[in-house]
Amino acid sequence: MLSLFVIPGHDRRLIPEGRLSGPMPWVIAIMIFLMVLATAIGLAFTEAGQNVSDQLSSRATVQIIEANPDLKTQQTSDAAARLRGMELVEEVRVLPTQEIEDLIAPWLGQSADGGQDTGGLLEDIPLPALIDLKLAQPIGEKELEALRTGIRPLAASARIEPSSALIAPVIALVRSLQWIAFGLVILLAIATAAAVIISARAALNTHKETIGVIHLLGGTDRQISRLFQRRIALDALLGGVLGLICGAAIILLLGMQLSALGSGLVQSLDLSWYSWLIIGAIPILGMILAMVTARMTVMGALKKIL
Amino acid sequence: MNEIVQFENVGLRYGAGIETLSDLTFTLYPGSFYFLTGASGAGKTSLLKLLYLAQRPSRGLIRLFGEDAVTMPRERLPGFRRRIGVVFQDFRLVPHLSAFDNIALPLRVAGVKEKDLTTPVAEMLDWVGLGDRAEARPATLSGGEQQRVAIARAVIGRPEILVADEPTGNVDPEMAIRLLQLFEALNTLGTTIVVATHDIHLLSKVPGAQMMKLEKGGLSDPTGSLRNPPLPRDRA
Repeated sequence: MLSLFVIPGHDRRLIPEGRLSGPMPWVIAIMIFLMVLATAIGLAFTEAGQNVSDQLSSRATVQIIEANPDLKTQQTSDAAARLRGMELVEEVRVLPTQEIEDLIAPWLGQSADGGQDTGGLLEDIPLPALIDLKLAQPIGEKELEALRTGIRPLAASARIEPSSALIAPVIALVRSLQWIAFGLVILLAIATAAAVIISARAALNTHKETIGVIHLLGGTDRQISRLFQRRIALDALLGGVLGLICGAAIILLLGMQLSALGSGLVQSLDLSWYSWLIIGAIPILGMILAMVTARMTVMGALKKIL
Repeated sequence: MNEIVQFENVGLRYGAGIETLSDLTFTLYPGSFYFLTGASGAGKTSLLKLLYLAQRPSRGLIRLFGEDAVTMPRERLPGFRRRIGVVFQDFRLVPHLSAFDNIALPLRVAGVKEKDLTTPVAEMLDWVGLGDRAEARPATLSGGEQQRVAIARAVIGRPEILVADEPTGNVDPEMAIRLLQLFEALNTLGTTIVVATHDIHLLSKVPGAQMMKLEKGGLSDPTGSLRNPPLPRDRA
């Protein structure tokens, strides 16, 4: 590929060069800009999904469902003590009643006078006791069964739910958005290739006479296609860098705005260094795509003439 | 004498039309000088196109430098084309290149290093009387000057065959004679020359040159040289 950029100056002059004079660099800049945004969104969703999944995969909640408050307290205390003694369990936290009420309050609405209290409803609802668990490893069926076996003798009605089950629909949505973003990247790459094909054909048409002369003087298809490849590669690189700069600026700006929101999932839409590395490689990949497409187009067109 | 070009029952048809060239059978020998004459539309340019490999025949056999040029793979054509110099009727100079760069084009295509082409190109410019127009673009040159650049470009690579389509059509009689002398000098060095012209008077300017006459796509052979090797030219 390096030889592409070291074509002697006099050979380069065979086809007049006009950097930024045609629409090609601008079209590629727009395509790369959109690709950078779509890739960033896809990668951000990937990372967010992974983060959430990592955080919740080793967490579970134990519900102690018992109508008698004293018995519920006793069972909760016993179950927490047993869980703390289990090797599988890393952290045990019994949620205070107030915290459970705070969690449920938004779903019960406000009191008639518009105040924050729920109008005494909470006192009438038999809330379960909740124990938040953090395990030493991701929870599978085996781990769930071990937990159940451990606390069943102490609280027969206890229910254990892995946290990942609660967030599964959100994760599925995040995954869908991630694949939509990557699908967009592929569509944009196809559109870029199509733009390169159109541009290469137009350039071939413009320089038909010159190409004909070079051919009849003994120029090979490779010599001729190299001239077009180089020109289109430089256009693509120029447009790509422009698109990357604009795209990266938007991503950083959006990142700052999302951070200011302070929302759980959205806040985690930060990009890691390797995601930035992938985004940084987009102009280079775009240039390679443009070069290969240009070469195939030019070689294909030249083969049609003797 | 080994033949350099051999045509056997060659026919050329464009699309579904009638044959532009029919049953051409002739042989060109190395170091010979040929004039190809005929009225406009007789097929001179089409015959030259077959000679400089811009066109494949519809039928028949063409042997060039001892090899079958009809079935030759496309990838091998550039190598053969570099052995043929062509002066096009419409010059076909590259418009954005200077006279110097246009003349240097065959050498650059052949991969000659820049330091090795400056002197021969400058000499060639002087030879065609354009030493002071090296940097001029074709658009700023007169028709005659463009023609001389086209001729210089055709001969710079010392081709084994030089094919010229009406090379004196745009120059004054004095320059026409100078160009013919240029071709003769090249011929003396061993290059086979084929000059298409409708100017029958040019023949007398090149002693010993052979004549091929095209009439309605067929070839007549007034000097008989196309069936037998020509006698050595009287270069005196």
